[in-house]
Amino acid sequence: MMVTVRISDDALAIACGADDVAKAFEKAGATVERVSSWGMQWLEPLVEISGIGFGPATPGDVQAILDGGADAICIGPIAAHPFIAGQQRLTFARAGKTRPTSLEDYEATGGWKGLNRARELGPEAAVEEVVSSGLRGRGGAGFPTGIKWRTVAGAKADQKYIVCNADEGDSATFADRMVMEGDPYMLIEGMAIAGFAAGATRGYIYCRSEYPHAIAKLEEAIHKSAHIVHPFVLEVREGAGAYVCGEETSLLNSLEGKRGEVRAKPPIPALVGLFGRPTIVNNVLSLAAVPFILAEGAKAYADCGMGRSRGTMPIQLAGNIKHGGLYETAFGITLGALVNDIGGGTATGKPVKGVQVGGPLGAYLHPDQFDIPFDYEAYAAVDALIGHGGITVFDEDADMAGMARFAMEFCAAESCGKCTPCRIGSTRGVELIDRILDRAPRTRDTVEALPQMHNAPKDQRSLDDEIELLEDLCETMKFGSLCALGGFTPYPVMSALKHWPADFGVATAKVPEAAE
Amino acid sequence: MTDGKAARLDEIIASHAHREGPMLPILHDVQAEFGHVSEDAKRTIAKALNLSRAEVHGVVSFYHDFKAEPVGKPVLKLCRAESCKARGVENLVAAAEAAAGDRVEIETIYCLGLCSVGPNAMIGKRPYAMLDVPKIEALIREMA
Ligand SMILES: Cc1cc2nc3c(=O)[nH]c(=O)nc-3n(C[C@H](O)[C@H](O)[C@H](O)COP(=O)(O)O)c2cc1C
Ligand code: SF4
Ligand code: FES
Repeated sequence: MMVTVRISDDALAIACGADDVAKAFEKAGATVERVSSWGMQWLEPLVEISGIGFGPATPGDVQAILDGGADAICIGPIAAHPFIAGQQRLTFARAGKTRPTSLEDYEATGGWKGLNRARELGPEAAVEEVVSSGLRGRGGAGFPTGIKWRTVAGAKADQKYIVCNADEGDSATFADRMVMEGDPYMLIEGMAIAGFAAGATRGYIYCRSEYPHAIAKLEEAIHKSAHIVHPFVLEVREGAGAYVCGEETSLLNSLEGKRGEVRAKPPIPALVGLFGRPTIVNNVLSLAAVPFILAEGAKAYADCGMGRSRGTMPIQLAGNIKHGGLYETAFGITLGALVNDIGGGTATGKPVKGVQVGGPLGAYLHPDQFDIPFDYEAYAAVDALIGHGGITVFDEDADMAGMARFAMEFCAAESCGKCTPCRIGSTRGVELIDRILDRAPRTRDTVEALPQMHNAPKDQRSLDDEIELLEDLCETMKFGSLCALGGFTPYPVMSALKHWPADFGVATAKVPEAAE
Repeated sequence: MTDGKAARLDEIIASHAHREGPMLPILHDVQAEFGHVSEDAKRTIAKALNLSRAEVHGVVSFYHDFKAEPVGKPVLKLCRAESCKARGVENLVAAAEAAAGDRVEIETIYCLGLCSVGPNAMIGKRPYAMLDVPKIEALIREMA
């Protein structure tokens, strides 16, 4: 009997050894189908035979699995696993089920339905469908996608562009990668709909260079589907290792072949974007949500969610977490439910110390805040952000002062250099946190010590002075930076200081309330 | 630059000439082919794209992926971003550097998108997950 075995060929599965497991199955005479990942990453390589899952599997398990044994790693029917059954998968409906670059599989699972419906509706109605779905940009800022499309659709130009932001630089995020590697036609369809709706015939996917597997899948899929999306023409462009190029105007400069320096807004990219033309810049997940919205109608999407956060969010559970992976659900779920119930707490089994939500620019949240619902406004209200939906869990061994220092170090390494608070402030921030941790407050410098400097304090600076200086520096970065790299780096720094002052060696920190 | 190299560089430039914004695709190919973007290459690219050498230099120096000097040894890219830190990558760094010595370059990068199974690294285009000290030492030992 020929069995068909399904194993993911996504980069994470490969990193966990999926290729070797696949080879072992082939050697044992089984037919192997490489599919997308279900997103239960702690179980990769996950092997599926007739709906039953085994994971994490090693080549050594292959014979036992084929012989009907391997009970120790059998998880039963995959679709019924609580991690999957509890989700509401709209964007990741195909995850685990289809061969990523198979047009046949894509069509058989409702592919191109959204594009066809858009073409029936006409451009204006297609834009309005996206507006009324309530979809907000999933790249971080949460700007209403339909409104952006309307602006570009209304602009007059000889050429307009659709640019997909696939720079996904935030730690703890991989949903864009999973779309590109697992369901590339969905992204292509979303971009083709955007092109049709806004009157743009050219599209670029700017993908970070750390994702070679995604780039390869996209290139194959673009080639195979060119006739379907015609006259829309798509191309993948590879980034070059600069985090800041995820910022949309930096990304446009990079696409144009320039340094990835952030541009001042206005003009907004919707009017003056790539090569000065009207341009829709959207995150992978924003564009990937569009085929569902067009195919099933705006209402079906908007019916999920809470408040002004409509639809579903593919949340990414990462770091020191027992059950890490992709969890797509309607907005409104609490952080505690995500980390403890779904994620199963830490991988090490130790108590959770804190979690960072929203990548390197997101705040660290304390378990005391675990009742906060996943919602753009609720996070903003506590000086935190959802960002791209990544959650990094830390156990009690984590050094939060060290993480605050890293936030500054990362900002210094990735700053585009355009504005002073970010370019220089971040380096001063690293030095300052080092001094705080080393208990080595800076001595008064020569100028401060001059007798002419009547107002300069002459006494030795204290630890409190240094903490105050750090707070002051954060204020300056927050309000004096052009983009969120310099502007939001204070969030992880200040939240770490606020919740874990002991890690900085101070009893309590009087972190000023946000001054908005 | 030898004639062979110069001819290859011209070929790379020509292969991207038709594209909008050809700079990054050209630099990626040059980096892949020669292991770095030399002064000569910058001048040639500048001339071909009708830019100044300074402009090309500005671009090359902006991006982490483009190197001004050849590295001359195999590179292991080690992720040291937040999620990999939460999973203990910092405990591997000293051992990795000791195992690497002068033979292998350990390059710090931030995130490979495999953040639930770290610590992670990449050699060429191949990702590695769940690293611990013995695993990363073995990986580095096997690098040519
Ligand atoms: C430093 C920085 C990095 C960013 N990185 C990304 C990124 O990797 N991916 C992304 O989609 N948006 C990123 N953004 C947000 C983009 O500027 C922009 O808001 C987004 O691409 C718009 O698409 P959306 O409306 O679909 O979210 C970043 C912003 C900043 C300031
Ligand atoms: S805040 Fe930093 S990254 Fe953003 S524009 Fe200013 S210097 Fe560039
Ligand atoms: S943080 Fe290391 S792979 Fe994402």
